[in-house]
Amino acid sequence: MNTAEIDKKRCKACGLCADACPKKIITINPYAESAYGRGCAEVSDGCVGCGTCAVVCPDIAITLRSV
Amino acid sequence: MKVIYEKPKSISDKTFHYCPGCGHGIAHRLVGEVMDELGIEDKTVAVVPVGCAVMAYDYFECDVMEAAHGRAPAVATGVKRCLPDKVVFSYQGDGDLAAIGTAETIHAAARGEGITVIFINNTIYGMTGGQMAPTTLPGQVTQTSPFGRDPYTQGWPLKMCEMLSTMTGPAYIERCATDTPAHIRAAKKAVKKAFTYQIERGAYSFVELLCACPTNWGMTPGEARDRVGSEMIPYYPLGIFRDICDIKEGK
Repeated sequence: MNTAEIDKKRCKACGLCADACPKKIITINPYAESAYGRGCAEVSDGCVGCGTCAVVCPDIAITLRSV
Repeated sequence: MKVIYEKPKSISDKTFHYCPGCGHGIAHRLVGEVMDELGIEDKTVAVVPVGCAVMAYDYFECDVMEAAHGRAPAVATGVKRCLPDKVVFSYQGDGDLAAIGTAETIHAAARGEGITVIFINNTIYGMTGGQMAPTTLPGQVTQTSPFGRDPYTQGWPLKMCEMLSTMTGPAYIERCATDTPAHIRAAKKAVKKAFTYQIERGAYSFVELLCACPTNWGMTPGEARDRVGSEMIPYYPLGIFRDICDIKEGK
C-alpha cells in the first residue's frame, strides 16, 4: 500500500493537491502549524498512493512511500 | 518504507519563496526531475533571469549564473561556447524573455546556439506587482491596464513559439501547460526532450510553460489554475511547433 506524506516545511496550503486528489481525502487545515504560516494540507486514511497530488504540487511538499 | 517519489535531488531543501499556487514551483520540479533522470546535475549550468525566479540559484543544486534583465540567452551563449561539454539552460519569465530580452532570444535561436530555454509564461510581470507584459491577453486587467488590455492601442500579445518556429536555427520548440496532471506530465516529457536535443545534437531547444500567477491575477490558486485552461490555452495553443527529427523524416 502506498501513501502520500506532506512536508510541513514546504507546504503553503494552496489547495491544488486537495482539488486534484481523485479520492478527495486531502484537506487543508488552516490552523495546522507550517513553516509558511498559512496552514497545511493533511492526508486522511484511504490514500492509494496514485501520486496525482505530487504531480500538481507547486512546492514539492509531497513524498510517496510504499508501506 | 520504500520511497516511490520524493523531491528531486537537483532541487535544494530550501523552501520556495514563491506564492502559494505559483507555477514556478512546478517548472522548477520538472527541470529538477529531468536533471536527475539524465544524471546531468554536476555538469549543468543554469542561467536565471530577473523576475520572480531571480532567486532560483537557491533552489537548483547545479551551477547557476545570474544574467542582466533579458540577457540570459546571451550569457548562456557565452557559457556554452566556453564550456561546450556543459549542459546550459536559461530559465526565463515572459517579462524577461518576451519584453526586454526579445532581441537576445531571437538571435540566440537564429544562431541555433546549443542551449535550452525554459520560458515561463504567466501573462503578467509577477515580481514588480502585476504590470502588463507583452504576453498579457486582450482584455486582461493588470496594474497598468486597469480597463483591460486594448490590443488596438497596446498591441497584441506575442506568441513566442510561433515566432521562433519560422526560423531554421531552433531544433525543438514546444508549448506546454501546468494546469492539469496530464499537462504537467506532458510538460516533463517536453523538458526532457529539450535537454536531450541539447546533449545529443548540441541544438537549440525552447519550451514554453503556461503557468498561473494567483497573486497578480487576484485569484485563488484553484481559480488561477482553471484560468490557464480556460483563457490562456485557447490563445496560446499547446503543441510541438518545431521538431528537427520530424522535419528530417519528412513528417
